Amino acid sequence: MAIEYTSPQGLCGKTPDVQARLDSHTANEGSPRRDKTRSAAGWSAGQRSLRWRLLGVTLGLVLLNGLLLLPTGSSTGRSTAAVSRDRLRVGLVFDVGGRGDKSFNDAAYRGVERAQRELDIEAEFIEPGEGTDRESGLRLLAARGFDLIIGVGFVFSDDMLMVAKDYPQRRFANVDYAKFDEHGFVMPPKNMVALKFREEEGSYLVGAIAGLSTASHVVGFVGGMDIPLIHKFENGYRLGVRSVCPDCRVLVGYAGTSGDAFKNPTRGKELAMAQYAAKAEVIFHAAGSTGLGVFEAAREHKQKAIGVDCDQWDEAPGVILTSMIKRVDVSVFEVIADLKRGRFESGVRVFGLAEGGVDYVYAEPERGMIAPAVRARVESLRQQIVAGAIHVDGERAPASPPKAEPRDAPPGEARKGGAP
Amino acid sequence: MSAAWWLGLLLAILRLSVPYVTAALGGTLCERAGVINIALEGFLLISALGTALGASHGALAAVACGLASGVAFAALYALMVVYFRGDQIVSGVALFMLADGLSRVLLKAVYGSTSNSPRLAVLEGSGPALFLLAALFLIVGLHVLLYSSVLGLRLRSVGEHPQAARALGVSVLNVRVVAVLLSGLLTAIGGVYLVFEQRQFVALMSGGRGFLALAAMIFGGWRPLPAAAAAVLFASAEALGIKLQASDLHLPNFVLQALPYLLTLLALLVRGVLRGSSHAPAALGIPRD
Repeated sequence: MAIEYTSPQGLCGKTPDVQARLDSHTANEGSPRRDKTRSAAGWSAGQRSLRWRLLGVTLGLVLLNGLLLLPTGSSTGRSTAAVSRDRLRVGLVFDVGGRGDKSFNDAAYRGVERAQRELDIEAEFIEPGEGTDRESGLRLLAARGFDLIIGVGFVFSDDMLMVAKDYPQRRFANVDYAKFDEHGFVMPPKNMVALKFREEEGSYLVGAIAGLSTASHVVGFVGGMDIPLIHKFENGYRLGVRSVCPDCRVLVGYAGTSGDAFKNPTRGKELAMAQYAAKAEVIFHAAGSTGLGVFEAAREHKQKAIGVDCDQWDEAPGVILTSMIKRVDVSVFEVIADLKRGRFESGVRVFGLAEGGVDYVYAEPERGMIAPAVRARVESLRQQIVAGAIHVDGERAPASPPKAEPRDAPPGEARKGGAP
Repeated sequence: MSAAWWLGLLLAILRLSVPYVTAALGGTLCERAGVINIALEGFLLISALGTALGASHGALAAVACGLASGVAFAALYALMVVYFRGDQIVSGVALFMLADGLSRVLLKAVYGSTSNSPRLAVLEGSGPALFLLAALFLIVGLHVLLYSSVLGLRLRSVGEHPQAARALGVSVLNVRVVAVLLSGLLTAIGGVYLVFEQRQFVALMSGGRGFLALAAMIFGGWRPLPAAAAAVLFASAEALGIKLQASDLHLPNFVLQALPYLLTLLALLVRGVLRGSSHAPAALGIPRD
C-alpha cells in the first residue's frame, strides 16, 4: 500500500476546499445574468484586464515567496560565502512550526548549535512558510554548496529524495524520513541518510508509567494524523501499559487524516475531554500543537497528561506526568560529527533506547510526579529492552482494523549503533 | 451510553458549534449583500491572534482586541473588494494567506516562536458559556436584521439587483461596506472563542473552520437559521466522531474519521430531495459597477 504523505500544514491541506469554492464561483460567473449585463466586446476587455491582474498577483506572490525564503537566524550572518571553504557548512530546513516550537524543531536546532560550538562548523537555518517552500529551501542550500543539508520532519521525505538525486555531490539527512511506495520502504540514495527513532520504545516506557499511575485502570492516547509514524507511538504505549497493567483499557483518538491534524488544539482538547470523561486518568499525546489542547483538557479535569518529543513540563506544570523525548539533537549532532570525521554513512540510522535516541523525563523529587517504586519498575523494563529481552513492536496489533500497513523499516535492517 | 455520555456529547456539540455558527452567520450576512467571503478563515485566524495579543491587558481587552482585529481585517477586505472592486475570490484567498503569515510574524516578534503563544492564564473563567449565549442571540438577531429591518432589506436588494437598489437611492458601496464589516465582527466572535477555549493561540488554529462554515452557509441556502442549523450539524458530526473514538464500540477509526463527511453527504442528499427554494444571491461575486 502506497502511503501518500500530505504536508502537515494549513494552506496545502485546505487547497481542495478553496478549489471547490473557486469552481463553484467560477461557474456562477458564467451565468447568463452576467452575460446580459455586458456586451461581447466589454467581456473580452474584462478578461484581458483580469489576465493582467492575475499576472500581477502571481508576480507579487512569487516575490513574496522569495522574501519568505531568506535564511533566518543565521548565526554566521550573510558573510558565509566569503569565509574559507574548509569549514564544514551545514544547512537546516525546519518543519512547519519552525523554531520556537519547543519540540523537535528546537531539538534539531540545538543539535546544530552544539556542532557549531564543538565542531567548528558553519550553519544556516531556513524556516519555510508553506509546503512548496520546503523543497525550494532544500534546493537553495544545495545550490549554494552546503556540505550537509538537514530536513526536519517526515514531510521532507519526498522533497528530499528528489533534491538528493538532483545534487549527488551534496549530503542530505532527513529526520523521521518515511517514504513508502508500492514495494514498501524506499531506501534513501547514496548521499542521504534517514534518521529514524524507535518511538515505540520510549512510548513503551511512558506507557508503563501511565499504567502504574492510573487508579481507574483507564488511560488514553491522542494522536495527530492517523499514519504509521504515529501508530508507532500508540502501539509502544499500549504495550507498555499492558506490561504493567494487563487489564487496563487504552482509549485511542486521532485528530484527523491530514497534516492539519497536528495543529488543531481545539479538537485535541475535545478528544482528551471525551477520554477523561470515560475515566482515563492519564493521556499520552503524539499530536504536535494539537497536544496543547490535551494539556488544557487535563487542567480542566485535574488529571495527568504525558508530553512528547521534548520535556513539555513548562506547558502545564503539575499536569505533565512525564514526557517521551526524542533526542533529535543527538541524531543531528551525530550525523554532523560523522561527516566532520569523513565517515558519512548513507542509509537508515536508527536511534532507540540503547543509543540514547529516545527516553522519558525523570526530574524527581522536584516535580513529585513519579514515585520511586514506579521509577524502579520502569528502569528494569528499560534494561530488558536494551538487553533485547523485550522486543517492542511498533506495528499495529492485528486486533485493530486489519489494514495492510507497510513496515516502517525494511525487514532485516541492521541496527546501527547511534553512539560513536 | 449513559445519560452522562449523552450530556457530554451535547456539551461537546455546543462547544464545537460556536466558531462554525458565528462564521457561517458572518458569511451569510456578507454574501447576501453580494460579496463572496472566502476570507472567513482569515477573519477567524486574525481575530484569534488579536485576542491572544490583547490578553496581556486582561480578558476584556482580549475580547475587544480580538473583535477589533476581525473588524479591521474586514475593513481591509471591504477596501479591496468593495471600494477597489478587486476580484473577491483572489482577495479572499490573499487575506487568508496574509492572516497566516501575519500571525507567524507577530508570534515570532512578540513570543519568539512561530508556532504558538504561551498559555494565557488570564482567560481562565466562565467565558465559553457567554459565547454560547452570544451565538444564540446572533442567530435570532441576524434573522431579524435581514428580514425585518430597513438595513436588511437594503442589504438583500444590493445582493440581488444592485442597479435597481441604486435607482431607488440606496448606496451600494455603503451597504456592502457595512455588510463586510459586520461579517468581520460576527466571525471574530468565533475567533475570540477559539482562544478563550484553548487559552492559547496556535498558528493556523482556525483549522479550516471558516471554510466549513462557508459550506454550511451554502448548505443553508444563504439564510441565517438554516445556515446556523447546518453549522450545528457539522459540529455534531465532529463531536460524535470524537466521542465514539473514546467509547467501547471499537468502530474502525477510518469510519469515525469519515463520519462528518458522510453526514454532510447525507444531509445534502436530503436537501436535494426536498428541493429547497433558496438560491445564491443573484449579484454574488459581481463587483459593483
